[in-house]
Amino acid sequence: MKGKAWKLGDNIDTDVIIPGKYLNISDPKELGKHCMEGIDKEFSQKIAPGDILVAGENFGCGSSREHAPIAIQAAGISCVIAKTFARIFYRNSINISLPIIECPKAVEKIEEKDLLEVDFGRGKISDIRKGEEYDFLPFPSFLEEIIQDGGLINYTRKKLKERVH
Amino acid sequence: MGMTITEKIIARHAGTKIVKPGDLVMARVDIALGNDVTLPIALDEFEKTGAKEVFDKERVVFVLDHFTPSNNVQTAQQCLKIRRFAEKYGLIHVYDGGRAGIEHVLLPEMGMVLPGYLVIGADSHTCTYGALGAFSTGIGSTELASAMALGEIWLKVPETIKIEYHGRLGEWITGKDLILYTIGKIGVDGALYKAIEFGGEVIHQLSIDSRFAMCNMAIEAGAKNGIIEADEITLEYVEKVNLQNKEVQILESDVDASYSAILEFDCTLIAPQVAFPHSPGNVKSINEIETITIDQVVIGSCTNGRMEDLRIAARILKGKKVSNNLRLLIFPATPHIYQKAIAEGILDIFLEAGGTICPPRCGPCFGGSMGLLAEGERCVSTTNRNFVGRMGHIKSEVYLSSPAVAAASAVLGRLAHPEEVVSKGAK
Repeated sequence: MKGKAWKLGDNIDTDVIIPGKYLNISDPKELGKHCMEGIDKEFSQKIAPGDILVAGENFGCGSSREHAPIAIQAAGISCVIAKTFARIFYRNSINISLPIIECPKAVEKIEEKDLLEVDFGRGKISDIRKGEEYDFLPFPSFLEEIIQDGGLINYTRKKLKERVH
Repeated sequence: MGMTITEKIIARHAGTKIVKPGDLVMARVDIALGNDVTLPIALDEFEKTGAKEVFDKERVVFVLDHFTPSNNVQTAQQCLKIRRFAEKYGLIHVYDGGRAGIEHVLLPEMGMVLPGYLVIGADSHTCTYGALGAFSTGIGSTELASAMALGEIWLKVPETIKIEYHGRLGEWITGKDLILYTIGKIGVDGALYKAIEFGGEVIHQLSIDSRFAMCNMAIEAGAKNGIIEADEITLEYVEKVNLQNKEVQILESDVDASYSAILEFDCTLIAPQVAFPHSPGNVKSINEIETITIDQVVIGSCTNGRMEDLRIAARILKGKKVSNNLRLLIFPATPHIYQKAIAEGILDIFLEAGGTICPPRCGPCFGGSMGLLAEGERCVSTTNRNFVGRMGHIKSEVYLSSPAVAAASAVLGRLAHPEEVVSKGAK
């Protein structure tokens, strides 16, 4: 995947990603329109499909709302790179197959609007403008199984079938 | 090497004797909880799993506490979807209408969470139940759907930080002040991915209500769970609520358990604490703040809507009036607490003071309904988050405090120490 970097700070919480008043919406498209409204009301309009969020520590802290990664995904963001993620946000992202990467070094170096390319197979983030590459660790094999199955729901369906047999 | 209480509970539910931090396990869940924010997405996902029924009708719990009574058609539709699902699958534990209260206060009160349990809930404040010596943690909607179908969940065994509280608490200091103080010290990611085990003599003298408030906000330090080993105070509480005599498992950390860090706090000099906008980690002592005038006070939530909280607020508000042009909103957390507060004359005190008594719901805490803030308004609140726009307008401000500080602030129209309203030692 390839896209422009949008830099964010530390402790970006779920309430700025998608404010509480929109939690009565479950249509991803609608949620996408309000993505990051707590930081910038026009954020979703500025995003081009494929763009990449690059954030600091504890990205997605706060509530358990899955609406947060859904809004980010629906706004057109292809991947989130952060120094660290809040744990519920991390799990939610895997479950809805929003690609996320923990890579503090990349976050330190990447600048706003840099063109990035992410290769999950090789575990590499390339900053094309800078001509630099950053390595990241793959998911643990257990999580890889969930991702390979196409998300948690497919994994659950498989487990249920195994139980019947 | 010994195990911590968190590791022991996870091991038992994973059907194994020993686990260590970093292990990935499949763990059986005792309770899977959802609410009217997270369920609408979870129910769609559940249908996609192909499951014909939930794993155990006694162990799946729905509470409609965020958006009921519905404030608009969208939320009404969302709640209707949940009610229809509950009917279709014959669920027993569905708390709606007059049976609903704030989930994390309601479940313990009904004896649904007991020491040694493993509870997952699609609400980040599910970590509240650690106060009873249970392992409990928040998850998202898709995970809830999977757990409702399978009755189990994957967990990474967390490292544990032990925090010991020593000394003697000053007057007006409650669990809320201790947890705000703690988050102020360790930061909003100070316990990221980790368990926090609260201990020390101060913790074991705290009321169960104060312990709930502390574990409730473990997530505000990034923790996976907060936990307090069960003691006599826990067992006394459990005896009152465990009317069906379900099995209780009292577990303790081994003396040679391993911790990623051990912190010790001397509590003797801790003054009432306030988290300033816009982070629960932006904590100051009430004694070192400038004048902050306020427009609204909220007393309630899964952090501080319990009897102890209402009693403290009543002690301060008795015979007093709320400051001119200030709105005081009180949300007793459950119908039971509401009734008890009526019986004790506490609601009368609030009404006499000029407060508004609201239904046992989440209210404005997450910006849902009943008391949102306008541009530039400031609110002192006993809730747990003060992020940008959390309670309404993006340019409004929320100051998190104990019920004592909130009540005193309601009287004076500015952030205030309880001693400014009630003289020292007066009961």
